[in-house]
Amino acid sequence: MSECGEAGAAAQTSCDAATGPPSEPPPTLRDALALGLTGREYELICAKQGAPPNSVELAMYSLLWSEHCAYKHSRKLLRTLPTEGPHVLMGPGENAGVVDVGGGLACAFKVESHNHPSAVEPFQGAATGVGGILRDIFALGARPIAVLDSLRFGEPAPADATGEARPVGAPGSGTRARYLLDGAVSGIGHYGNSIGVPTVGGEVYFEAPYEQSCLVNAMALGLCERDRLVRSAAAGPGNLLVLFGARTGRDGIGGASVLASAELGEDGDKRPTVQVGDPFEEKKLLECSLELLRRDLLVALQDLGAAGLTSAAAEMASKGEVGVDIDVARVPLRERGMEPFEIMVSESQERMLCVVRPDDVAAVLALCEKWEVAGTAIGEVTDTRRMRILRDGEMVGDMPVRALVDDCPLYDLRPEKPTAPIYAPPAATLAGRASPRETLLALLASPNLASRRPLFERYDAIVQSRTVRRPEQADAAVLALLAPDAGSADAAVTPAVDGGQREPPLPALAVSIDCNGRRVAADPYLGTIEAALECAANLACVGAEPLGTTNNLNFGNPEKPHIAWQLTEAVRGLGEACRALGAPIVGGNVSLYNEGAAGPIYPTPVVGMVGRLPDAAQAGRLGFAQAGDEIALVGWDGGTAPSLAASELHKLLGEPLPDGLPAFDLDAAIATQAAVRDAVRAGALASAHDVAEGGLAVALAECCLAGGLGASLDIGETVGGDECEAWLFGERPGGFLVSGSAQALAALAERVPTAILGTVGGEELAIRAGGTSLRATLAELSECHGALAALFP
Amino acid sequence: MRFGVLRFPGSCDDVDALHAARRVGDAELLWHGEHDLRGADAIVVPGGFSYGDYLRAGAIARFAPAMESVVGFARDGGLVLGICNGFQVLCEARLLPGALLPNTNLRFTFRQVGLEVVEPDTAFTRACGPSLSIPAKHSWGRYYAEESTLDELEAAGQVLMRYAPGHNFNGSLRDIAGVCNARGNVFGLMPHPEHAVDPLTGSADGLCIFQSMRLAVEGARV
Repeated sequence: MSECGEAGAAAQTSCDAATGPPSEPPPTLRDALALGLTGREYELICAKQGAPPNSVELAMYSLLWSEHCAYKHSRKLLRTLPTEGPHVLMGPGENAGVVDVGGGLACAFKVESHNHPSAVEPFQGAATGVGGILRDIFALGARPIAVLDSLRFGEPAPADATGEARPVGAPGSGTRARYLLDGAVSGIGHYGNSIGVPTVGGEVYFEAPYEQSCLVNAMALGLCERDRLVRSAAAGPGNLLVLFGARTGRDGIGGASVLASAELGEDGDKRPTVQVGDPFEEKKLLECSLELLRRDLLVALQDLGAAGLTSAAAEMASKGEVGVDIDVARVPLRERGMEPFEIMVSESQERMLCVVRPDDVAAVLALCEKWEVAGTAIGEVTDTRRMRILRDGEMVGDMPVRALVDDCPLYDLRPEKPTAPIYAPPAATLAGRASPRETLLALLASPNLASRRPLFERYDAIVQSRTVRRPEQADAAVLALLAPDAGSADAAVTPAVDGGQREPPLPALAVSIDCNGRRVAADPYLGTIEAALECAANLACVGAEPLGTTNNLNFGNPEKPHIAWQLTEAVRGLGEACRALGAPIVGGNVSLYNEGAAGPIYPTPVVGMVGRLPDAAQAGRLGFAQAGDEIALVGWDGGTAPSLAASELHKLLGEPLPDGLPAFDLDAAIATQAAVRDAVRAGALASAHDVAEGGLAVALAECCLAGGLGASLDIGETVGGDECEAWLFGERPGGFLVSGSAQALAALAERVPTAILGTVGGEELAIRAGGTSLRATLAELSECHGALAALFP
Repeated sequence: MRFGVLRFPGSCDDVDALHAARRVGDAELLWHGEHDLRGADAIVVPGGFSYGDYLRAGAIARFAPAMESVVGFARDGGLVLGICNGFQVLCEARLLPGALLPNTNLRFTFRQVGLEVVEPDTAFTRACGPSLSIPAKHSWGRYYAEESTLDELEAAGQVLMRYAPGHNFNGSLRDIAGVCNARGNVFGLMPHPEHAVDPLTGSADGLCIFQSMRLAVEGARV
């Protein structure tokens, strides 16, 4: 403290006299604390600068040294994750991860959170979350081809187990969850639909711990030619920095530090830190950026996201091991009188920064004009390795790039397994003595399992003509691997052929995003392995093999030992699963401090996985396809029933979370995935679906509904035992429901445990299990499965 | 046979339309800021959010230099197909009667819809069967015109396609999905035939509209 306390304040005067705006009172330690820095961090900044920072410098340090930008509580853990593999072209550290998808093409993808802005203003929070992740993708030179989203809210249903409605707005009334979901879905749709990128999948869970801290994670994929990938490293002293896109305003100032790196209190006072998105501006920015790259006019490209110009320019300089000079007076502004620090930290949306050779500046600006995008040279690359901020040529800030980007202190977590449960048991919504039929119908109608159709119907899932499997057609979205930049007039076209078959076959990408936070809360290590495994299982069901993984670690306050324990265990599980699956982590995001007075969220390490299948025409479907087909349960060992612990059924019954999940054989689960994948690729199966939330009975109902066909099964004879409820509704990774010819299923049985359960056909789902039976017509199943429509009219 | 597909800032389905057209002929993109239609035999005004759909869907695009040329092209009898946002643009440009209002559910909605081909022998439908399955996706797709206008359109055979029973999610009057002008050379359709040209991505039912246009152009040439 000695350096930056009272004595420091004295030293600051001389520092400011040299570089700071003269009229402004110098910032103090108190200002640093208000910006989210600790006393020790402030002291360190003073040491790096050789003097206390002025207001511009302090603002820039406070953002780049925030949790959101510096990952100071998670970076050490993230270093333990597997990041290399045969398909990886770019790993963590670039704007997004990139994998080789064959045929000279590369796929860039990443998931990112916009949780805190969405809790404050769901429409703009979610919309700008999509806008931000799309910029990460096209900053690499890849055309965004798909968006997925992963959402978490509190309970939406306005009734408890007794059926009694709670007053509108009261805690537990569902009002907040429905408001946030409606706003977030509208925002995602508004941005994705308007910019012409399909939203092809996603997931939503409703759990009480997300009531105050909702999660809005958006994932995007992009395609580009492998040898045209762009990096963000600035290079070539003397080259110019050109800012293009929207004008810079006061929106989003302090978003990364104040909003994203602290627990949320009352909502209203933080609303001005949420940015406002304009998808039309971004559409022009996207097309302009890709055309600039196609014409080889750029040395480097970087999007402006959290911490705006500060972060973009510092990252570019750091990666290129150069310096940059920026004159804030040249930045086109949306409003008058903005201070240099405001210009440097503004999070105005739809802006990009590029490095351009002096000879190319005129051509770059002309192309910006064609796309009606404002482009301005605002600075240049230097060999000083310092970031210097000027206003009309006068120096207003001067910092070593290394200090800004690399020297933020990293913290060790102090993990400690909690001795008492962290989460209250869920509110019961189902009476204990329900029949199997009543239980199935209640599960299908429950918010976590009901059809997502009322939500995904608000997204364009087909623009760009790659979508081979839309939501509810298969466990994973499937996108044909067509040329990434077909917009150019001379792009090749794949001609139509009857039946969709092509010679040679057209390969495809498959993508899935998943995480069951309740199971991670019960067991952060195994729960996270299950999340990764679930993604890979979804890919297997369409015939795809994983290529790479992205993740978004959504947790509470990591400075608390029990949250640190959740985080540490989850990362350990993620690393182990991705190693076993051969699906390295190529990028991701961390969102911490997702908690409030009511406690932390469920630990939610959202996993997004991208895979490839050799023939799009053979992509699997989840619905039963033909009466008379046999139905088999693949992968589960018939000896032990799956556990009801931490299942959806136990949630409906109000059971507390167990301490730990049952162990399972990871290698066997992966072997089952390989067998299912091979069978799908060979076209041997009519349908494939993994058994997940709600267990076998719910999976069967989903296959019936997706195919519009009933089924008749007897699981008692095959799997035996008294534990009918556990067999019907228990949950365990590694199980698949497939249908097809007896011959195809017999072939599968030679590789993995396969139990024939029954046949497809009729207008109802009929299951006999031991002494009990369950029957429901397709119409009854469909009505229950459509329950979300009533909540979101 | 050569299609010209307009591209405005904010067009999203322009490349899809380009590819669909290329399945039946040559096709190229035409930039909104230029008058030159580059010798196209037929024009497609594609879907998307031209100029962000700010002010009102299609309201700004009608003033684009390329649209001035399209108006002249249509007056000379050239074939013009407007899809979704393109339909909105053609209504704003007064090349087609009526207007498209917000869906009755007030939401963007994406759904595969059934269409009935009402007039089988036109420049846009002669290669089509009686019913089509095509995706629709829009916020402003509710076809509206005065009752008397609707009567005239029906009497004159200008309603080329209707939503099948139960498929009119946007509240279009008389289930109208697509109408043409009195001369029969300008057609606007709310669902997206360019997204139904390949069984791999769901359906190939939309291809017949492009094939019909090709037949009409080549027939006119003979």
